[in-house]
Amino acid sequence: MSVAARGLSHSYGELRSLRGVDLAVGDGEVLALVGPSGCGKSTLLEIVCGLREPSAGEVEVGGAAGAAGRLAHCAYMPQRDLLLPWFSALDNAALALRNRGVGKAEARREAGKLFARFGLAGFEAARPGELSGGMRQRVAFLRTLVAGKPVLALDEPFASLDAISRAEMQGWLAGALRAEARTVLLVSHDIEEALYLADRVVVLSARPGRIVAELRAPDPRAADRDAAVTAPAFVAAREAALRALHAGATADPKPPAVPFGPLGAKRNSWRKGAGR
Amino acid sequence: MRAVLRIVLPVALIAALVGLWQIAASTGWIADALDLEPFLVPSPAEVGDALWHNRTLLWDNTWVTLREILFGLLAGTLVGIALATAMRFSRLLRDAVFPLTVAVQAVPIVVIAPILVVWFGYGLWPKVVIVAFAVFFPITVNLLDGLRSVDPEAVKMMRTLDASRWATFRRIEVPTALPSFFSGAKVAVAVAPIVALFAELAGSNSGLMRLIIQDNANLEIARVFAATVILIVIGVLLVGLTALAQRLIVSWR
Repeated sequence: MSVAARGLSHSYGELRSLRGVDLAVGDGEVLALVGPSGCGKSTLLEIVCGLREPSAGEVEVGGAAGAAGRLAHCAYMPQRDLLLPWFSALDNAALALRNRGVGKAEARREAGKLFARFGLAGFEAARPGELSGGMRQRVAFLRTLVAGKPVLALDEPFASLDAISRAEMQGWLAGALRAEARTVLLVSHDIEEALYLADRVVVLSARPGRIVAELRAPDPRAADRDAAVTAPAFVAAREAALRALHAGATADPKPPAVPFGPLGAKRNSWRKGAGR
Repeated sequence: MRAVLRIVLPVALIAALVGLWQIAASTGWIADALDLEPFLVPSPAEVGDALWHNRTLLWDNTWVTLREILFGLLAGTLVGIALATAMRFSRLLRDAVFPLTVAVQAVPIVVIAPILVVWFGYGLWPKVVIVAFAVFFPITVNLLDGLRSVDPEAVKMMRTLDASRWATFRRIEVPTALPSFFSGAKVAVAVAPIVALFAELAGSNSGLMRLIIQDNANLEIARVFAATVILIVIGVLLVGLTALAQRLIVSWR
């Protein structure tokens, strides 16, 4: 299923978060969005998923332009795993099925089929508090997959993990996507992660976010992650992305829409509710 | 070791205090110091005696008071849950009903209890209404606060997982609100016996408070202490059972 956006803009009151973003993601393609923090990449993801409406422009997911239609096609995986502590790992994974009215036993059976493949066999009954960070993230990803939506929207899925678990989870996600291609929109602040996992990387400028560069990844989701991320082509792509990122972060001549200083506290409270 | 001490220490402290009281009462120190007849200052042994010899009378009146407390708690909790749930689902309803709830709660029980006795008589139900009256507010307010403290990100996640409003309420909001609900329940459970006693004071023909008033007038002090011991046990059991229920139900904390 494909995703298309034309001239997307968005603002939170006075604060413009996105400006004229065009996107096209093909069926089965992985597109990464990178940009400085606060550039509106999470907002963009929420708009695509139908959780928000743009201030201007159009979005279509599999031909559906309305928020409800987009919501029906997209599964959103937030930055925090948001596993429910009162449910077992299995019940967390089966959440989408239960929400659709599938019976408890059948929902558990369906979700349980995937546990072994995700390296979670034996942890079905564990409460989220008993799992490691990486395992929690895998359960959260499983929950997203079990929803059975054609488009996956991942918002910095591994940002909360330490560097070693993050590399491990990137390799693992690459494997999962090699085994079963999906249309993926991946928000990341980690250029290496974006270039390794995605087919294409879009670089956004500082707020209000607009596209400043688009790069094709040299060797997406290679089996040997360590070799792939140190290959000369990868390093060159990484350098190009970094330069675009830095140019985008400073090129905008306009001052910030909300000044710093006395309004700082207010601005932060705004970000908590809406920014992420 | 610490777990053992946590049981042994309070038991030892209570035993020591009861022992001290036994010595002070049986030797007549307290009566002498207060310039009273010794029978007005019963020792723990005499209180135990009164408990045993009056067990039928005490049990009959305990049963009356216990029913007032339990039915009142049940009714108040159900009303509290219904109100909080309704106010959570309808903003309009919350804006309309919440000030009224606060106002109802602010009506002094001391004033309303005798009126209810006049209206509904000396039986069980006016007491149940009075206890429910005092109990619903901490339940409503705590539950509503708990329901509103839900993580907006989790709600967003549920929307992308095809959750209906009801599914989100059931699977996210209710579990989130449970600890807060139990905070309210503990207040309710602590208040209910006091209010039940007060309701009996306003007019009744049976119940522990009724018995206590009578016995006080007749200088049956040992039996007053016996009734008080029963009330303490009821209070401790109610709080303890609520805490136990919380630990069993909110097992993820």
